Amino acid sequence: MKDIVRGWRHIQQRYNLIGSKCSQCGNVFFPSRVLCPECRRKGKIEDFKFSGEGKIHTFSVIHTPTDEFKTLAPYVVAIIKLEEGAQITSQIVDCDPDMVEIGDDVEMVFRKIKEEGEDGVISYGYKFKLKN
Amino acid sequence: MAGIVGYGVHVPSYRIKVEEIAKVWGDDAKAISRGLVMQEKSVPGPDEDTATISVEAARNALKRAMIDPQKIGAVYVGSESHPYAVKPTATIVAEAVEAAPEMTAADLEFACKAGTAAMQVCMGLVDSGIIEYGLAIGSDTAQGAPGDALEYTASAGGAAYVIGKQNTIADFEGTYSFTSDTPDFYRREGQPYPKHGGRFTGEPAFFKHVLSGAKGIFDKMGTEASDYDHVVFHQPNGKFYIRVAKKLGFTEEQYKTGLLTPMIGNTYSGATPLGLAAVLDIAKPDDRIMAVSYGSGAGSDAFSITVNDRIEDVQDNAPKVSDMITKKSYVDYAVYAKYKGKLRMAWMP
Repeated sequence: MKDIVRGWRHIQQRYNLIGSKCSQCGNVFFPSRVLCPECRRKGKIEDFKFSGEGKIHTFSVIHTPTDEFKTLAPYVVAIIKLEEGAQITSQIVDCDPDMVEIGDDVEMVFRKIKEEGEDGVISYGYKFKLKN
Repeated sequence: MAGIVGYGVHVPSYRIKVEEIAKVWGDDAKAISRGLVMQEKSVPGPDEDTATISVEAARNALKRAMIDPQKIGAVYVGSESHPYAVKPTATIVAEAVEAAPEMTAADLEFACKAGTAAMQVCMGLVDSGIIEYGLAIGSDTAQGAPGDALEYTASAGGAAYVIGKQNTIADFEGTYSFTSDTPDFYRREGQPYPKHGGRFTGEPAFFKHVLSGAKGIFDKMGTEASDYDHVVFHQPNGKFYIRVAKKLGFTEEQYKTGLLTPMIGNTYSGATPLGLAAVLDIAKPDDRIMAVSYGSGAGSDAFSITVNDRIEDVQDNAPKVSDMITKKSYVDYAVYAKYKGKLRMAWMP
């Protein structure tokens, strides 16, 4: 039940990269923040949709995952610098891990993140793939 | 009548060759490849299912439709491999394209023709004025039991269509359906793989319904094969597709663009919608297209479509079918079995 509610609460963030932006200073945040760390009380936070385009800031290849991610191994997990500024961690899908390099252009795709067993809820959301 | 405002596709990038499957079962790969007119099929990644394929196709359709997704009044996903038995794929798609919440949504199932059934439902809702735009999707990660003939063809992919009356790129001239109770292929509740009637899936099933669907739309529109620039049929394999096209008097020039099964396999509910998308990718203004789907159980939906001047403005707005076909990497049978969940792993209950 806890997983259902936690997943449902993050649908906008995970499906559509909805973060937030402080219209006072222009800083963008992902995941969303309710308070701008720069402007504090003077800040004005609003929802912000990221384009889903970005570059690989750094990455690691996972060879020994936990059981639920074993069918994916080996897979790449990267910190991605989004075009608009925020950085997020995500898997890079459909690639040969040897071909991935820092600075590669990536774009968001919609994928299955995990399943709560064979009879549990399925979580979906963003992952990234190499552009071109 | 309603028309197509935008279309988009998604085909997973993994492929397995007919030879690789034949090697496991001791079959004659060349004979199978020649008999089915098939070289390889798409394989969904371990994190891909009908919902993810539908979302990717729908997002590409919206890149071509260029409409506010909040104006979509209905989302229908046709598939026989919905991830949940109870819990609609359509709501996942609707949230992921930001069409929710003021809209209706449902999942459809009619073997391989649920995608075209979704298109007909959207056409009706648009033409009656109940909705402004509808999103119709045909998508599948098809199941074929290990060792079954279906394993050579059952693949994954999907296409999405935004149906509306404003700013169309192609217009429906008419639709006709032919349906009967024919148990040529089925999957019982709780069963992981479908069963089929072998040769029974041919003459009394596929050919009877597709030929009747095509003849029905000819009669309704007052047309014949030579009136169309392109034709697309359901394609369980290349052989059935080519045979039905020739029986109806179509030439290779007319049917070749929509024939995708030899390269990506049978995408089930995605098959006819993907074939139609491949035609729209290269269509010119005023081209006339006939599309006839087939779903076991059994039925066919036929469409007569005319492409209009706007087609060339949107063709390059999203990846084309040919882009999806050429972007590929091969897997062997062991990886295929792992990705398709055919293995019982140590940590499973």
